[in-house]
Amino acid sequence: MPQISQLAETFSSQIVWLLVFFAITYFIVGRGMVPRVMDTMDRRSKQIADDISAAHAAREQADKEEEAWRARENENRARAQALISEAKAEAAAKSEKKIAAAQKRLDKKLEEADERIAASRNDALEEIETVATDATQDIVARLAGIKVAKPAAKSAVKESLANG
Amino acid sequence: MYQFTIKPLFGTEEWELGSTGVNIAFTNSALWMMITTIVVIAFVQMGTKQQMIPGRWQVAVESLTSFIDNLVQSSIGAQGRKYIPYVFTLFIFILFGNLLGLLPLGVLGVHPFTFTSHFTVTGVLAVISFSIVLLVGFWKHGFKFFTLFVPHGTPIFMAPLIAVVEFISFMVRPFSLALRLFVAMMAGHILLEVLASFVVSGGLAGLGFGAIVSLPSMLLMIVICALELLVAGIQAYVFALLTALYINDAENLH
Repeated sequence: MPQISQLAETFSSQIVWLLVFFAITYFIVGRGMVPRVMDTMDRRSKQIADDISAAHAAREQADKEEEAWRARENENRARAQALISEAKAEAAAKSEKKIAAAQKRLDKKLEEADERIAASRNDALEEIETVATDATQDIVARLAGIKVAKPAAKSAVKESLANG
Repeated sequence: MYQFTIKPLFGTEEWELGSTGVNIAFTNSALWMMITTIVVIAFVQMGTKQQMIPGRWQVAVESLTSFIDNLVQSSIGAQGRKYIPYVFTLFIFILFGNLLGLLPLGVLGVHPFTFTSHFTVTGVLAVISFSIVLLVGFWKHGFKFFTLFVPHGTPIFMAPLIAVVEFISFMVRPFSLALRLFVAMMAGHILLEVLASFVVSGGLAGLGFGAIVSLPSMLLMIVICALELLVAGIQAYVFALLTALYINDAENLH
């Protein structure tokens, strides 16, 4: 086993060179590079944590804003609904009034027309009486040769019209 | 055993520290330590681009550092952060040493040397870890550090006995730490070598022996190669983990 058989001649060289190269590795790698590597990792994990917390904050903010927007939206909707119903009521009232006015006008017109019709009928009736009186005088004069006075004829016509 | 032999590459004669006779020849072992150092530096360097969106190399390095970070934080706690450079260096140095020693470069005529299969090397690493434990322990707690040997809730009449047992187990730590890594690496390499020799000698003994011996050995080698890659990682992890746990004893004292 060379480890034992060569021990006496080589142990000093082994120890010295191991110390030399281990020390070089320790100071360059362990002392020089490892802290930098770990520093980079720390900075990265810190940045990741920061980013995550920033994202959390942003999400919370967004949630809050959405909440506010929703509330505002609901309010607006309610207000719009109120406006619509108000306008509807107003319009309904207006049209009712209009309809009522139109109704009144129509009623008046109807009444007038009725009156006119009644008047025309009276006129027509009087005309008929006149015509009938004339005709009666004429017929009596022709058939009996008696001249009937106009008032007598008229009363007779009236009587028979009333009966007829 | 040839693969564990240390061969001086240069500086065999005159590389002595003063007149002490301590030879520090630059050997193949030292060469592979150097290669490990260079590869580790090059690898970790790719993780230091400090990009917010990391590339694949940066992710690889970062996952290793965060792995060690978790290990240290879970075994030592928040004040363990200052030991991360040491534990990370320990982990990655052993890991790359193990993995580079497994490279099949023998095909190209270059023989990789696994310096973690030498207990001189693992022993030094274990002693460093153990020294850190002692230094931190006495620095932070002074002589109260000795209460480590008397766990909480020990009956007072049992305390001397328990203290002796605890002291022995404490002192065994560097040895177990060093021997575990050394034995695991060496056993794996020897196993692969033995199986490889089966493949070769079975093949040389003829077609029949080749089919019976070489083929199953080859298949087993492939499986064990995968196992060795796993062991390379696990042993590096165990070394780092135990170091962190021992430092925790010194840092938090129960």
